[in-house]
Amino acid sequence: MAGLELTSVKKSFGGVAIIHGIDLSIRSGEFIVFVGPSGCGKSTLLRLIAGLETTLEGNIRIGERDVTTADPGDRGVAMVFQTYALYPHMSVRENMGFGLRMNGVDKDDIRKRVDRAADILHLDRLLERKPSELSGGQRQRVAIGRAIVREPEVFLFDEPLSNLDAELRVRMRLEIANLHKRLGATMIYVTHDQIEAMTLADRIVVLKDGLIEQVGSPIELYDDPDNAFVAGFIGSPRMNFLDAKVVAVEGDHTTVSLVDFDDIHVRLELERPLAVGSAARLGIRPEHFDASAEIALTVPIEVIENLGGIAYAYARTEDGNPLIIDIKGDRNVVEGKDFTARFDAARAYLFDPETGLRLR
Amino acid sequence: MTRTLARLLQAPSVILLLLWMVVPLGMTIYFSTIRYQLLYPERSGFVGWSNYEFFFTDPAFWPAILNTLTLVGSVLIITVGLGLAIALLIDRSFPGRGVLRVLLISPFFIMPTVNALLWKNMMLHPIYGLFAVFAGFFGLEPIEWLKDAPLLSVIMIVSWQWTPFAILIFITSLQNFDSEQKEAALLDGAGFRARFIYLILPHLARPIAVVIMIQTIFHLSIFAEIFVTTSGGPGVQSTNLAFLIFAQALQGFDVGVASAGGVLAIILANIVAFFLIRMIGRNLAV
Ligand SMILES: Nc1ncnc2c1ncn2[C@@H]1O[C@H](COP(=O)(O)OP(=O)(O)OP(=O)(O)O)[C@@H](O)[C@H]1O
Ligand SMILES: [Mg+2]
Repeated sequence: MAGLELTSVKKSFGGVAIIHGIDLSIRSGEFIVFVGPSGCGKSTLLRLIAGLETTLEGNIRIGERDVTTADPGDRGVAMVFQTYALYPHMSVRENMGFGLRMNGVDKDDIRKRVDRAADILHLDRLLERKPSELSGGQRQRVAIGRAIVREPEVFLFDEPLSNLDAELRVRMRLEIANLHKRLGATMIYVTHDQIEAMTLADRIVVLKDGLIEQVGSPIELYDDPDNAFVAGFIGSPRMNFLDAKVVAVEGDHTTVSLVDFDDIHVRLELERPLAVGSAARLGIRPEHFDASAEIALTVPIEVIENLGGIAYAYARTEDGNPLIIDIKGDRNVVEGKDFTARFDAARAYLFDPETGLRLR
Repeated sequence: MTRTLARLLQAPSVILLLLWMVVPLGMTIYFSTIRYQLLYPERSGFVGWSNYEFFFTDPAFWPAILNTLTLVGSVLIITVGLGLAIALLIDRSFPGRGVLRVLLISPFFIMPTVNALLWKNMMLHPIYGLFAVFAGFFGLEPIEWLKDAPLLSVIMIVSWQWTPFAILIFITSLQNFDSEQKEAALLDGAGFRARFIYLILPHLARPIAVVIMIQTIFHLSIFAEIFVTTSGGPGVQSTNLAFLIFAQALQGFDVGVASAGGVLAIILANIVAFFLIRMIGRNLAV
């Protein structure tokens, strides 16, 4: 097992900078999840760590070793690809043993290690099949098996579950979580799926345009986002943002009025007071609306999405800004009618409208 | 009812195809059993196997068979080997790749006759030929290719024309080789050799089989290249089956014996095709 250390890693393709300088330190045995919008460089960063892209600027260390210029095969990393990338002409057993064979491990040893991995992943009875004779979930397991037989120091996963159906995804997610517990290896996992990120990660790395926006445990990111981007990205449905203006400052309390709701004032506790009259953005998560809270916003409901236990109401303010409210299965809310949503000031976040930075 | 109707509607094309095939085949078989000497048209009549006997016992027969097989075998080995090497070499992006590919493919678009003339006069000619010029540059005696190594010359000419075909097929196939598979192999620590043997070669098995099959069919009946360059000589050193049939029919004016040769060629082609299809069938099953 080994930790991982990235120091100002940069990457550009044909003169276009994609990764702008990443500093990240990963502890041994940690489960790290990369999230971020499409094209932000998650895969590129993973490929830099794997050595599939050359790192020209910055430094990558795995354990005690500087691997910045090492060959992919010499880094002690294994990767699970989104498309599985199994070798089609080899049986499952050969697929899983290929890496060991290339590294000169003897036949008996390979057999034993493949059998052990197959046992963990319930692949025992599929070992003589070709990849084309497997289902998607089975192929996924073979791809993971191919990674674990090599006993790498670091596992890399690039959206490994995105080609599976919803039910299988849940199952494989649990299997990956179990695998991590069992092997205790360092894992880096790229995903688009909120739930995968929140449930699997020890720490989540939120990326945007080739830069790290914030690193922290899932709960830290959810409870205490550093900026509007992270606040919007973590949590589903995404956080609502409302334009606000500072109207009064008394000690460490700042009062803002919501532009879309003229006379509604929200009084927040801030360490650093703001200037009266300056603009701000107030963020409130859909699930933090609560019928017994103090501040009331009345909005017309456009659409209701009822999932049974939870229900989301989609509303629009007078100025046309969207507002999503978790109505907690309240059957009395009707589409086309006004609804009064309530929230506590303590649940609201304030952001700088220019930089998106959190105002604390 | 509908089946009868369907049969009826299919009938014209089936009958036409049958005629297309059966009439020439039937005539060849018929000619092969009669005396048919253009110089003595008055002598005719059924002769049984004697045309076959004549063709078989022709001292040129076994050399021609051997030459045919040598020609096909060597050209296959050269074109597939060279085709693989070049296809792998240009299967990456570099400036000028498009132009290079067109240049590499272009020999395939030259007519066989022109190709043979080109080689005869510009490459192999003992005085003006490029090879002779090179030999002279190194102070060596130029080789009279068409006299001293006639079959080798034909092999070179045909290989030059058909290597592009192999390249074309292989490069297309290499382009849909999954790049993630290659990356997975890199992470597994496989070097170029291992990747070639365990991943690329199995991936190319089918295209290789296709190239071998198509080329065999074409090369069994190579004629223009021999006619233009060596005329089957010296002696029968570069006479293949097709050329022998031609020699019988138009140089010996004996249509009967030539037809017997034609029938033999059909049988030979079928034997080769039988083995090829079995071989390829195995590959296609994967
Ligand atoms: N080989 C390459 N050549 C040129 N540009 C590339 C290359 N690979 C990636 N890029 C660019 O780098 C950017 C980041 O790509 P990357 O694949 O890392 O995104 P991602 O975060 O994984 O996105 P997604 O979530 O859609 O998978 C993209 O704008 C992409 O166009
Ligand atoms: Mg990606």
